[in-house]
Amino acid sequence: MSAAPLLALRGITKAYPGVVANDHVALTIGAGEIHALLGENGAGKSTLVKMIYGLVAPDAGSMTLSGAPYAPAEPRAARASGVAMVFQHFSLFDALDVAENIALGMEAPPPMRELAAQIREVSETYGLPLDPGRLVGDLSAGERQRVEIVRCLLQDPRLLIMDEPTSVLTPQEVSILFDTLRQLRADGRSILYISHKLEEIRALCDTATILRLGKVVGTCDPKTASAREMAEMMVGGTLHVPEKAPPGDGPVLLSISGLSAPAPHAFGTALKDISLEVRQGEVVGIGGVAGNGQDELLLALSGEMRVRPGMIRMDGRDVGTLGPDGRRALGLQTAPEERMGHAAAPDMTLTENALLSGHARKNLMNRGFLRWGKARLFAEEIIKAFDVRTPGPGNAARSLSGGNLQKFVIGREILQNPRVFVVNQPTWGVDASAAAAIRQALLDLAAKGAAVIVISQDLDELMEVSDRFAALNEGRLSPPRPAQGLTVDQIGLMLGGAHDMEVAHVHG
Amino acid sequence: MDLSTINPTLLVASLMVASTPILLAAIGELVVERAGVLNLGVEGMMITGAVCGFIVAVTTGSPLLGFLGAALGGAALSMLFALLTQVLLSNQVATGLALTLFGLGLSALLGQGYIGVKSPTLPKVDLGPLTDLPFVGRVIFGHDLVVYLALALVAGVWAMLRFTRIGLILRAVGENHDAAHALGYHVVRIRFAAIAFGGACAGLGGAYLSLVRVPQWTEGMTAGAGWIALAIVVFASWRPWRLLLGAWLFGGVTVLQLNLQAAGAKVPIEILSMSPYLATIAVLVIMSAGRAPGSLGRPFHASS
Amino acid sequence: MIALERRPQPSQAWSAAAPLVAVLLTMIAGGLLFAALGKDPVEAIKTIFWDPLFGRTAGFSRPQLLVKAGPLILIAVGLAMGFRAGIWNIGAEGQYIVGALCGAAVGLAFYPMEARWLIFPLMVLGGAAGGLLWAMIPGLLKVRFGTNEILVSLMLVYVAEQLLASMALGALRNPEGMGFPGSRNLAQYASATSWIDRSSGMHWGVVAAFVAVIVGYVILSQHLLGFRIRLTGESPRAARFSGVNPARLVLICLGFSGALAGLAGLFEVTGPSGQISIDFNAGYGFTAIIVAFLGRLHPVGILFAGLLMALTYVGGEIAQLTLGLPGAAIQLFQGMLLFFLLAVDVLTHFRVRFGRREVKP
Repeated sequence: MSAAPLLALRGITKAYPGVVANDHVALTIGAGEIHALLGENGAGKSTLVKMIYGLVAPDAGSMTLSGAPYAPAEPRAARASGVAMVFQHFSLFDALDVAENIALGMEAPPPMRELAAQIREVSETYGLPLDPGRLVGDLSAGERQRVEIVRCLLQDPRLLIMDEPTSVLTPQEVSILFDTLRQLRADGRSILYISHKLEEIRALCDTATILRLGKVVGTCDPKTASAREMAEMMVGGTLHVPEKAPPGDGPVLLSISGLSAPAPHAFGTALKDISLEVRQGEVVGIGGVAGNGQDELLLALSGEMRVRPGMIRMDGRDVGTLGPDGRRALGLQTAPEERMGHAAAPDMTLTENALLSGHARKNLMNRGFLRWGKARLFAEEIIKAFDVRTPGPGNAARSLSGGNLQKFVIGREILQNPRVFVVNQPTWGVDASAAAAIRQALLDLAAKGAAVIVISQDLDELMEVSDRFAALNEGRLSPPRPAQGLTVDQIGLMLGGAHDMEVAHVHG
Repeated sequence: MDLSTINPTLLVASLMVASTPILLAAIGELVVERAGVLNLGVEGMMITGAVCGFIVAVTTGSPLLGFLGAALGGAALSMLFALLTQVLLSNQVATGLALTLFGLGLSALLGQGYIGVKSPTLPKVDLGPLTDLPFVGRVIFGHDLVVYLALALVAGVWAMLRFTRIGLILRAVGENHDAAHALGYHVVRIRFAAIAFGGACAGLGGAYLSLVRVPQWTEGMTAGAGWIALAIVVFASWRPWRLLLGAWLFGGVTVLQLNLQAAGAKVPIEILSMSPYLATIAVLVIMSAGRAPGSLGRPFHASS
Repeated sequence: MIALERRPQPSQAWSAAAPLVAVLLTMIAGGLLFAALGKDPVEAIKTIFWDPLFGRTAGFSRPQLLVKAGPLILIAVGLAMGFRAGIWNIGAEGQYIVGALCGAAVGLAFYPMEARWLIFPLMVLGGAAGGLLWAMIPGLLKVRFGTNEILVSLMLVYVAEQLLASMALGALRNPEGMGFPGSRNLAQYASATSWIDRSSGMHWGVVAAFVAVIVGYVILSQHLLGFRIRLTGESPRAARFSGVNPARLVLICLGFSGALAGLAGLFEVTGPSGQISIDFNAGYGFTAIIVAFLGRLHPVGILFAGLLMALTYVGGEIAQLTLGLPGAAIQLFQGMLLFFLLAVDVLTHFRVRFGRREVKP
């Protein structure tokens, strides 16, 4: 590491009501270094990088950039100092084209035609093919990320911050990204790489700083430290690995045949000829890169999107034309990806949220009149059975942490004893211990004789819980294969991750 | 009924005039909505502009100062909306309705001493021989300054949205305010500016009614023009040039029904009088709206 | 530096206190306004808020309170249902007119037959049906074509006003009215009058308003429909997940509010107003929007808000007579009330922080 570090943080502290997000954090990044910031969800990684990028001001502490004091008042100032950031989400504009999106991230963009030429040039140099004229809303997740990276690179940054960049990529796309990042390092640029995926960090990074509950708990060289060592630092204890019963050979509970449906909104995905059978006691994992029809498949199964007769059957009975209530009555329960505002209403109490999907099956009403007492008991039952940390069922869903709300949502469906349960992204943004508990609950449900479909972008998770695995790609579902023995490469091919491989390899 | 009393040249010429107040209000609201804010208070700002413009014009004797006063009045009222929705994060629909109710009351109060008073009128722009050209002369030339100002605003807003950086930022803020914030743009500041522009334009539109179209002050004289402007923004799918089409369509129906009334058509007057509103509904139904700005009407709070 | 910070959950205390604070602020700002108009502010506020209840002329003004509050509450309860679900019917004024027209037409068709047991109930049905159908226009257009219900319902107010003029001058005009516009007086037609006790201001519209408050309260707090309405307003996607059919909910909410507005019109035309006339509508449909918000979109709150708003109407009229306060000032005053409420409301969901917070070391 060079004598004068590129970026040094000392005693950085930031508190929000009820939580100290960063507590005297110190961190040093050298020039030409890929530095990993490792930690669980809620460990304070996002807050820390927001301070480096000028989005949030620290309550205390100091930063230096190349030895000079550094305190960006806003992202503009950070960018002017050579700090750029690739966001996990929230920073692209669907209705604008690629060039416009990139211009918005620059201080003094050249005229559009020139900018388009520059975009082509940079994207060729780093193996990130992009068409400047396309609408961002029509791009795949991987392409959207390229827009962000190119936007940063055009400003010639000294430090590039990347927040969970691989969560939306296929394994093949990840390896393309890593090639790009190594090439950037070779150019003398530094990268602050935020992740909770240990294998990636071991493959890519030079140094790792580990955060837990807002504090730095250690710094190590990820190439030499063991994954287990890092994981334990990150989690602060040993992890519970779910136990899995061997799959039974029960009757088919849910059968989807030739399911096709148009995209429900402008930037959605149409479902194309999806067929799948799920047996009693079986967990089918459905993988895929975000935006390939996961949400739409869940909508079609939950009944929020009705489909034509004969496409979805339960026990041979046609359910595709029923609404959510009709399907729940038959024991088909679902849990959508978005907790806040889809699976749960943020400003309503947990009792009301328990009622949200449980009103019919849990007998919480009488001729349309609600039984609030019973609803409250149901909410309390969920809170108790799924270890939801909250003062009580009278609290608003918004007041719960992501992991606790997810446990509540999953618990709400599971405690209704579904015969078929479909869940999308069961552990997205959830801390490790809650994630383990949720996975175990899914396996227990299957062991009790339900048919379970888990849709997820987390391949490790899918391999852990699935008996069979299928992949969604542009609204099509691959034929399912037994999960045991699938290699990463095979999965990558199933995910259709071969996009743009040729182009990338020319330069990579 | 004597249809021959309707002169097509005059009809089209007065269409240009009839569409101007709505066009002005609508181009302002278009900018507001492109910035992601739904201000349903157009009617209130318009009528406030109408009364402010009228008072200033009568007091100073200058219609141009009157228009300036109207723009300031409309903008001032819109700042109330901006404060409530952008800083205090109130519901935009409710606040817009409140603004309209408040504006109607305020204008009635301000205009008390001015009922029945005559205002100075706006001179027509004299373009010499151009005005004497057959048809075209009367239709395109020989209007007053504000008619051209309205057209210039449409062109200006179009160019601003399409070619300038500030236009790009405005669209970005309206499309996804969280992303714009993450990139370091001042969402609230930009929206304040857009709302003020919308208020000023609505004020101008109102003043055009009280100083040129009618020209007199009567309570509630906007008679839904602000709401029609809102409808035309939806009809135009948030695109400036289509706004012009909508405003002309509406102006055409208005002028035609007035002419039919004057010509003594056998249709009851009430049916003719309701035709602009029915036409607006029909247009809203027939034209399926394009894609609205992504953040339209959603409150923005820069939390964490 | 002042910053707003989102509360983990909405504050119950502020939600209840906000209307009171808003009323207080409006009194202060209104006092300033009246002072600017050259009136004694304390006297003006007292005239508006005190005299109608306890002043010298209270005997005349107390019944007026019921007369004004009845339609406001009736309409506002209906509107609140829709507003809760994010369905914005702001054309209640039009539904009020059409309800009155339909109900009056039914009554006039029977004139001069006397059969109260038959005629009045039929008129009530006619009024509700008129308002309901008028509200179904924006409803069906929204469901079928995705048309904005705010704009359509509002446009229909102007259409209804023209319809009213045409009826007052045409089909419903009193044949014995010597050519004056306006219908026969229904309040004096024994089979059609809605008056119960004219001297105390009691008419069937007031009864209907109380019933609406109770029914509205039960639906919102105890029935699945009310839960679905609230859920849709809080979070439309969660509502669909829960099993709400958005189109059906739009029609129910618009239909319900339209029917109540139509009823308000019917009771008005057969009671306080007495006849269909060109200027029959007095803006209740718009003021009810203020009432609905002021009452926190809650039926019981609306009951109080409606009485308060009626107070400003009646008190405003007294102030107009005794102090020469312009009528527009009262309208402005009501607008201010809504503004202040919306402003204070921020404290329900956010808390205000001054300066930078200290962090414990």
